[in-house]
Amino acid sequence: MLTAALRKELLLQWRSRAQFMAVFVFGAAALLLFSFAVGPVAELLRQFSAGFLWLGLLLSSTLTLAESFHAEMENRAMEGLLLLPANPRALYYGKAIANWLQLTLLGIALIPVMVVLYDAGTTRIPMLILVIALGAAGLSAPGTLYAAMTAQVRSKQTLLPLLLFPLIVPALLASVKATSLIILGDPMNQVRSWIVLLASFDAIYWSLCGLLFEKVVEE
Amino acid sequence: MDASAGIEAQNLARRYGRRWALADVSFNLAGGAVLMLAGPNGSGKSTLLRTIATAVRPDGGSARVGGFDVVTEREDVRKLVALLSHASYLYDSLTARENLSIVADHLGRPRTNVAGLLDRVGLGRRADDVVATFSAGMRKRLSFARVLLQEPRVALLDEPYGQLDPEGFDLVDDVVRELKADGTTVIFATHQLERAASSADEALLLEAGRVAWRGKASEVAV
Repeated sequence: MLTAALRKELLLQWRSRAQFMAVFVFGAAALLLFSFAVGPVAELLRQFSAGFLWLGLLLSSTLTLAESFHAEMENRAMEGLLLLPANPRALYYGKAIANWLQLTLLGIALIPVMVVLYDAGTTRIPMLILVIALGAAGLSAPGTLYAAMTAQVRSKQTLLPLLLFPLIVPALLASVKATSLIILGDPMNQVRSWIVLLASFDAIYWSLCGLLFEKVVEE
Repeated sequence: MDASAGIEAQNLARRYGRRWALADVSFNLAGGAVLMLAGPNGSGKSTLLRTIATAVRPDGGSARVGGFDVVTEREDVRKLVALLSHASYLYDSLTARENLSIVADHLGRPRTNVAGLLDRVGLGRRADDVVATFSAGMRKRLSFARVLLQEPRVALLDEPYGQLDPEGFDLVDDVVRELKADGTTVIFATHQLERAASSADEALLLEAGRVAWRGKASEVAV
């Protein structure tokens, strides 16, 4: 059942791939605007680069997460699947995994933008990708749940960030800290503990949100 | 095919806000029977079908499908029932074939039936076109194929003739007859009384969320 749900999600994402480009441009534009706020001070830009990367990814995520339920609500397609009956948990994890993949790709695509704009290069690319993947997991699990909750309300674009942002603060902090240590250097070898903390938050989000999804989508 | 998937509704009620869409609906339908549901707009026909299909929960009373309660045994009811709803349940950005394949995948069935069903509803030549390019009638045909793919024991058809051309009307009649021959219990809500009466065994007239009349479909005054 999970395979069927994931296959459907990937197919839907592939069909709306132009939107990924739009979200990437939005994220890159956000990174550019953040650099204006700091000014042309190379050291400061490098210092804040991790925070800016995650802010850019966070803002972009609200677009992709909200959009991921648009197709489900258009013709009540999700209701149709639930009545088959499809397993709500499989539907949730299918969508959350697809959102996670999209956010991870987006994060990886934003790395070169960050390097160019903030001179924030690193040789620890695999570690950086791991942190982005774990951080994206921390955004996508609760983000998918809240996107489902707000999908049917009129002001969903406002409501989704209002609900989501407070919840993901711990994961966001751990992601920023770990990314910052990877870019700026980690003399005390702290990055591992931040990654463990991030993975722990992910485990909590992914298990709890999967349990709650059925309550959200069923009347 | 289990022909015993009858439907029992007892004092079924459902409200939207302060308005009761279903006030007090009780009826029994034997397994394998075809019931025509009639009534003016807003009389509760769609709400009744959606409640039986477990798409909405009743606010009062109870309903059982094939002996399963629509609230407490929702999953069992869903395995028996297929709903043709006003909403098409389709993904606009996917093709007709992909839409049906998704349903087959979620049901754990092979995709081999998909092509045959698309031909059956007259969409064989448009199988690989995205649904966004379809007319309302074509979407209705595809939704019909979706219902047939489920091989339901209870088919709930909400306005099956809606948006269809005359050829489509014949398709609906043929499908209802085939479902009946297979022992499937069918309820269809419609305003096409004369046409529907020829396929149905029984008729139920709803008015303001209540049963106004119940009798044989052949007795329906046109």
